Amino acid sequence: MAKITYIEHDGTEHAIDVKNGLSVMEGAVKNNIPGIDADCGGACACATCHVYVREDWLEKTGERSAMEESMLDFAEGVEENSRLSCQIKVSDELDGLVVTMPESQH
Amino acid sequence: MSQAKVVIVGAGHAGGTAAALLRQYGHEGPIALIGDEPIAPYQRPPLSKAWLKGEADADSLALKPTEFYAEADIDFRPGVTATAIDRGAKAVTLSDGSALPYDVLILATGARAIALPIEGKDLGGILFLRTAAHAEALKAAVGPGKRLAVVGGGYIGLEVAASGRALGAEVVVLERENRILARVACQALSDFFTGYHEKHGVMFELGASVTGFEGRDGHVTGVKLADGRTIACDAVVVGVGAHPNDELAKAAGLECARGVVVDLDARSVTDPDIFAIGDVAHRPMPIYERMFRMESVPNALEQAKQAASAIAGRPRPPGECPWQWSDQFDLKLQIAGYAFDVDEILIRGDPATAKFAVFHLKGDLVQSVEAINAPPEFMMGKNLILGRKPVNKAKLADPSVSMKEVAV
Repeated sequence: MAKITYIEHDGTEHAIDVKNGLSVMEGAVKNNIPGIDADCGGACACATCHVYVREDWLEKTGERSAMEESMLDFAEGVEENSRLSCQIKVSDELDGLVVTMPESQH
Repeated sequence: MSQAKVVIVGAGHAGGTAAALLRQYGHEGPIALIGDEPIAPYQRPPLSKAWLKGEADADSLALKPTEFYAEADIDFRPGVTATAIDRGAKAVTLSDGSALPYDVLILATGARAIALPIEGKDLGGILFLRTAAHAEALKAAVGPGKRLAVVGGGYIGLEVAASGRALGAEVVVLERENRILARVACQALSDFFTGYHEKHGVMFELGASVTGFEGRDGHVTGVKLADGRTIACDAVVVGVGAHPNDELAKAAGLECARGVVVDLDARSVTDPDIFAIGDVAHRPMPIYERMFRMESVPNALEQAKQAASAIAGRPRPPGECPWQWSDQFDLKLQIAGYAFDVDEILIRGDPATAKFAVFHLKGDLVQSVEAINAPPEFMMGKNLILGRKPVNKAKLADPSVSMKEVAV
C-alpha cells in the first residue's frame, strides 16, 4: 500500500491509498480522480495518463521504457519529469509519491 | 441542468464512463445505470488478450471498484434490461416491470456479436467474444491439445488466435475473403499479419465460406466449408462483426441509420432529452465531413465525455482523431483515423522488421495510419490527421527523417 497524492492542474489535491501491484494510473482511475484519462486502460497505447512526477520521486519511480519514451516524445507539454502513469507500478517503496497532472491529456 | 434525473441504459465502457464523468463534472441529480450483465462496467479489450491469457483478473478489468457506485450515489442496477422508452411520459420500462422516469436519457446499449444463421449454430462450443461471460467460456475451451477454429479474420479473431496459441491450443482461422482484415486494412497489412501469425503457428483457410457446424452429443466437432471439407475442432469462436443494439431507440421513433443518429454533443437528432453514445451511436466526425458508427473504446470514452459535458453544462470537448489499438503476440498495432477517400498508400519502414507504418493519404493529407510497433508514427499521425496538416511525402516515406519533420 502506498499513499499517493494526485494534484490536478488547477491545484486540487487528492491523497489516495493505492494497493501494491496496481499502477499509478489505476489508482487515479479507480478512484474517479479527474485529469488522467487512460483511454487504453494501461496498454501503453495512448499517452493519455501523462503525469509529472515530483523531482524527489524520480529515482524511485524508475526509468521510462522504450515504448513509453517514444509515446511521450510526441505528447503535449512533456517535461524531464514526465511519465505515463500506467507504467509505474505501486509498491510500499512509493508511499508518499506526489504526481501532478498536465492541463490536458490530448 | 445539474439536478436532472439521468438514466443510462447500458453499463458497458460508454455507460459506465458517462456515469462516472457526470459525477466528476459536478452533476448533482440522481443517476441510474442499467446493465443487462450481472457485473459492474468493465474493460472489454483485455478479454481477448491479457485476461484470456490469465494475466489480468476481474478486479483489474473493472472500470471502478464495485463500491464506487454506492459511494458516488449512482443507482447501478445489474441484470436488468430496458424494454421500452416512453418519450411522452419520459420513462423507461425495465425487464423487471418497473418504470424509471428520466429528465435525460443516455442510450449506451452497445452492439452484439453477429451470429451465423447456419446449420448447427446452436451446438455447444460455438462461442463469441463480446462479454466477460463469453470470455469465461472461451478460456475454458482453449489450452494445450485443444483445436480452436476462429471464424472471421478480423481484429477480434486475430487477437483470439494469438492468445489461443499462447495458451498452447492449435488455431485455424477461417476467412471468407481471400485475405484477412479485408474490410479494415490494406493488402500490405493483411500480408504482414498473415505471415506473423503463421510464424507463430496459426493456420489460415482463406476464401473459406462456412456453411455449417458438425457436432456430436450436442457439442461442435467441426466446421463445414462450401468446398466440401470439414475443419475438425473442439471449439469455435465466431468473430464476423457486430450489430448495433438500436432496436429500443427505433421502437421509440428516434432516427437511426444502423445506430442512433446523434449530433456533436452525442444528442439524438430526434429528441433533445436523449443521448446515444458508444457502439450504438451513428455520429458526426468533422475531420472526415461525414457521419458513421464506430466500435472502439476511445470512441465510447469520447462520446461519454460529450454527453456528460452537455448534461453538466460544460463546454464541448475539443474535436478528436478517432483511434484504436490491437495487441497480438509481441505486436502493438495502433491505428489513427479511418481510410476514407484514400488515393495513395505509403509504407514507412520495412514490414520485415515488424516495425513500420502504413499511411493512407488523400492528396497530401493523412487520412489514417496503421502503426506496427511504431509509436512515433502513430502519435504524430494522429496530430496530422486531426490538424489536417499536409505532409511532404518524400520525407514521410523515409524512416531516417523524424516524424517531427514530415509536416510541410
